[in-house]
Amino acid sequence: MHSLIRKYYYGDIPDTPNAGGDPISSPSAAAEHPWPLWEVFIRSKQGLDHKHAGSLHAADAQMAIENARDVYTRRNEGISIWVVESKYVHASSPDEAESFYEPATDKIYRHPTFYDLPEEVKHM
Amino acid sequence: MSMQLHDFENSFQQKVDAEIKIEPKDWMPEAYRKTLIRQISQHAHSEIVGMLPEGNWISRAPSLKRKAILISKVQDEAGHGLYLYSSCETLGITREETINDLNSGKAKYSSIFNYPTLTWADMGAIGWLVDGAAILNQVMLCRTSYGPYARAMVRICKEESFHQRQGFDILLTLSRGTDAQKAMCQDAINRWWWPSLMMFGPKDSESTNTDQSMKWKIKRKTNDELRQQFIDMCAEQVKILNMHLPDKDLKWNTETQHYDFGEIDWSEFWNVVKGNGPCNKQRLEARRKAHEEGEWVREAAAAYAEKRKSRASAGNLEAA
Ligand SMILES: [Fe+2]
Ligand SMILES: [Fe+2]
Repeated sequence: MHSLIRKYYYGDIPDTPNAGGDPISSPSAAAEHPWPLWEVFIRSKQGLDHKHAGSLHAADAQMAIENARDVYTRRNEGISIWVVESKYVHASSPDEAESFYEPATDKIYRHPTFYDLPEEVKHM
Repeated sequence: MSMQLHDFENSFQQKVDAEIKIEPKDWMPEAYRKTLIRQISQHAHSEIVGMLPEGNWISRAPSLKRKAILISKVQDEAGHGLYLYSSCETLGITREETINDLNSGKAKYSSIFNYPTLTWADMGAIGWLVDGAAILNQVMLCRTSYGPYARAMVRICKEESFHQRQGFDILLTLSRGTDAQKAMCQDAINRWWWPSLMMFGPKDSESTNTDQSMKWKIKRKTNDELRQQFIDMCAEQVKILNMHLPDKDLKWNTETQHYDFGEIDWSEFWNVVKGNGPCNKQRLEARRKAHEEGEWVREAAAAYAEKRKSRASAGNLEAA
């Protein structure tokens, strides 16, 4: 074994055998009930949008909201929480991003800077 | 197929070079994904196992104030574990798999948590040195190339500075106390100093790996750079405590403008990584026990959720 010359990073420990004893199999694992994954959105302040904060596992919506409070708002980061089961989130595809957003790229006249107005025009 | 594998790899590397973050649904090399799964899950496990040495002192904290602070700190570490487990999941591995790898002994976590916490002063030394070393690593990782990992790190770093400060505060109080308290303070620093330096990993010169993690910008500074930065900071901070670091070779070098320091005992490091540290067994047993004893809670919660769901749909039928 030449693990002595391997580089390792914090949270990136080399795969040597037997760290923490011999591997054991855990038969109970398969029999378990995995809780669904939820996406968490948090409104940090009245008047602002809810913003994606992260995700967590919970048995149901109420538990997801309670867990989100404990995980994502321990320092008053939020005043309102939304949770949605991750499987209900539909997303655009990054592979098609180029063609998908193409209609917007050549319409520079949609930006105020496109219009060259005389200096005298104020407040516009 | 219009694009070949190496085209994907090239455009991936171009993105990384241009400091564009990689997101879960973007194409990425399989080895990049695997490296990240390993690194992020190990990092998550380190946060979770990291609760144990400090958890040891919650019931024996010297005052209610210190107890409340320590509980908060340990709770934060649980949160850090969760942020990281979630970001790991975006790479396509289930939470159950990740946790099982820890409990089975297959997965690794930071060796520092395999050392025992013998006195209250260890709570101070851990906060100051262990969290301090973790912060340097984590600040660097805020700029890591994988988006969800970087975002988790930003959140974590915001919470970490309290950890280091409360630790230093514990040591500062002891350092101004009785002779016995001063001795306890110095003893904790003596025991935690060298293992903390090992947290940065082996010397750069001892690595023969081509440094793929640097190229992929998963990691952005070398082990030695971070370690030197840490030593320079601590060598100054320890003076405020009126204590010393247990290294007779520690000396300011006017030429390099850094502290020189003594040789690290790497055989100790590898011994602990391989499972022979003072607490490896105990830590894993504690995690397994917690997992097993939580089984009925997970089952009950799932059953309750199911029951509520069926009640809600029955209610909907009545209303209709
Ligand atoms: Fe942490
Ligand atoms: Fe911490």
